[in-house]
Order: sequence, then C-alpha cells, then structure tokens
Amino acid sequence: MSGLAATGFDLMLCALILGAALAAIAVRDLFGAVVFFIVYGVFVALAWLRLEAIDVALTEAALGAGLTGVLMIGAVSRLERLTSRDQDQDAAGPQSPPTSSAARIATMVGAAGIGGGLAWGFITLPPSAGLQLAVAENLAASGVENPVTAVLLNFRGWDTLLESIVLLAALIALWSLARDQDWGRRPGLRQHARPGGVMATFGRLLPPFGFLLGVYLVWTGSAQPGGAFQGGTVLAAVWLLVMMAGLKAAPRVSSTRLRWALIAGPLLFIGVGLAGAVAGTFLGLPTAYAKPLILTIEAGLTLSIAATLALLVLGAPMAGDGLGPDQPDKEPAR
Amino acid sequence: MLVDGITCALIGAGLLFFWAGTAGIIRFPDTHSRLHALTKADNVGLGLLIVGLALQAPDWLTLGKLAMVWALTLVAAGTTAQLVARAAITKPAARRGPASTAAIPGDTVRSKDRAS
Repeated sequence: MSGLAATGFDLMLCALILGAALAAIAVRDLFGAVVFFIVYGVFVALAWLRLEAIDVALTEAALGAGLTGVLMIGAVSRLERLTSRDQDQDAAGPQSPPTSSAARIATMVGAAGIGGGLAWGFITLPPSAGLQLAVAENLAASGVENPVTAVLLNFRGWDTLLESIVLLAALIALWSLARDQDWGRRPGLRQHARPGGVMATFGRLLPPFGFLLGVYLVWTGSAQPGGAFQGGTVLAAVWLLVMMAGLKAAPRVSSTRLRWALIAGPLLFIGVGLAGAVAGTFLGLPTAYAKPLILTIEAGLTLSIAATLALLVLGAPMAGDGLGPDQPDKEPAR
Repeated sequence: MLVDGITCALIGAGLLFFWAGTAGIIRFPDTHSRLHALTKADNVGLGLLIVGLALQAPDWLTLGKLAMVWALTLVAAGTTAQLVARAAITKPAARRGPASTAAIPGDTVRSKDRAS
C-alpha cells in the first residue's frame, strides 16, 4: 500500500479496534458484549497482519477471536438457561446484588493503576533491537526456517511445553466440575441436528477442506507462518463441526484413546526434553535431528491441542440440559 | 487502466450491497427479513468484491484462493442462515427475555400463531 492510503487504513483500523473494545465493555447485553469481543479480536488480527506478524495474526484470529468467542457464547447461553430456570421456579427472578459505588471506584483505581504501571514500564524501557538479531544468527542451527517456530519449539521450547500442559490443566479443571453420577458420560449437551438436514450436509461438506487446512498449517509452520496451535485450532473446529452435525458422538471422558490423544503432545515434548537432558541440556535439540524432532513434537502437540480445545468447548460431562442437581434428569441414567 | 476501472466499478457495486445489507439488518422488523438482507450482502456483495479483486490477481494461485474464499463463504453463510431461520421459527423467544421479543413484532406474532 502506498504511504497515504496505508496511514489512512491504519488509522481507521485503530479507531475500529478502540470502538469495538469500548462497545464490548459498554454494551449491557451479555451476548452483545461477546459479539463485540469477537469483532475486536478480528480487528486485532488485522492489526497484527499490518505489523507483518502473521503467526500472531493467525493465532489471534483462531484462538483469540474464534475459540475464546465460542467459549464465551457457551458461557452466556448456559447462564441464560440457568437464569430462565430460576425465573420458572421463582417469579421474582434472579436478583444480582447491587454493586456499591465504592467497589466500582476501587475497580477503576485498580485498573487505572495497572494500566499506568504498564505504560510507565513501556516508556522507561531502554532502547533495544530486541532478540531479532540473535534469533536470525542462530536460525540455521534450529532446524526450521520460520523464526517464530524456532523460538517456540527450540530456543524457548520450555514456554511452549508449559503452555500445552496449562491447556491440559484447564480441561482437567473443567471436567472436575462434573457431578459424580455424570462422570464417564459424553461431555457437553446433546446435539439436535436433523439427519439429512442443512447442518448434517454442512458437516459432511466442510471437514475435508478444514482437515487439509489444519494439517497444512502445521506442516508449513517450519518454514512459513503456521504451527501446532493454529493448525490444532482448525482441526478442533472440524471435529466440533462433525459432532454438532450429529455425524459422530463426542467420546466418553473415560475413553483410554481420548486420554492418550490428550497427553500425546506434552508427553512427546517431555520425552524429547529428557533425551536432551541425558545428552546435556533439557529440551536441547541437536542440530542434526532438530527438524525431524520438531516436526514430531508438533504432530503430537497438534493432536493434543485439537482434542483439548474441542473438549473445552464441549464442556463437562453432563446429563440432560446440564443444569445441575436441581433439575430432574430428562433422560434416565444409562 | 480499463481493468482498474472495471475493478473499481465492481468493488463499488459490492460495497453498495454491503451497505444495503447492513441497513437491512438494522432496519428490517423480524429475523427472517434481516437474514434476507444479510445473505444478500454476503453472497452478492462479497461476490462482486471477489470478481473485482480477481481482475487484479497476479497469478492463478491467487485466483484460486479468491474463488475458494467466495465458495466457502457462500456455503457457510447459506448454512448459518438456514439454521438461524429455523431456530427463529421453532423457538422465537428462546434466546432473549420478554423485553427484546417485544421489539421483534414478527416473532411474537409467529409464536402466537404456533400457540393457537
């Protein structure tokens, strides 16, 4: 883009980001707030694209806007179902405790303090070229050509390993919300797609494209923008689509195969790390084997990330409409 | 130069459809006519944009990607429209409380029709 047009576009993008962020906070309707949050994520992804951080843009679009948005929509709809049930039982409806103005002011001061601290930290940063040069110098030894993948899986593999374990911990926390009698059931609500309906057709049509795109994103991650997290998110979406279209039921949480898929990535990663520890450094990859090792770890991570994200969206194993012990089960326990 | 002109005209026409579609979503009274406005913007508006951009494509690969974007959006938008329309018929007041249902007269009428 030429100078003036590019500046105009960037200014407009900044205004849209700020506008969407403000709307997400200001809108009183919860669902509307989530919608604006998703719109905000899409604009931020565009901003990363303008900054030529394509890896971050992909991640923001897939995880920040897409997956987080779906999780929030799920939370809002559960909240609405809970609220309408309470309204049925109690004509007065739910009464949220009024927020005192002292609490509001305290929140505002806290948020302003954190924001100010961050701004101060940023302004007082010493001028530095960052680690770009160091990464570029050592890129040849990393086994991959994409500097972002080199940092994520080689130079700072430690962070990525912990991230994959954090995802697993989140799923375990979610599953721990299940009632005892629901344990071992399929996670999430029952799906109501009509066989042969629009959703079922969509669920047959899209997965081949999605699967190809997901695997491509992982494979190309070694040389170009892409990687296990982006590809895994696409694959999770494909799996969710197949389940929502009623083509395949969600796996039972007690399934051994599912458990292996969930831990394959972290396990492979730790295994490679320990082998590195025996050879000298924990998570150190010898240059000669770096590329195959990175691809192996990425393959395992992709499987685990896809499975974990999809199951996070599905929710805890539950019976009926999943509204907890007050609600009588609509289907008898199997 | 001529190609640039055609691109501008096509993208301008596409933007017009997006503008009309957006106006429709805001102004139309019920879910189904809003969906009608939305899908026009998605299908025709995006189609005109894509055709306009395709004229500027440097190679066949870009052309293929553009065609793919349009085709996938058509499928996704069509499916979503069907699902939303069906949901609006089967459970008109499912999502919102009574206050916002009253703001969509068509839906309220429909739910009464079904009840009677």
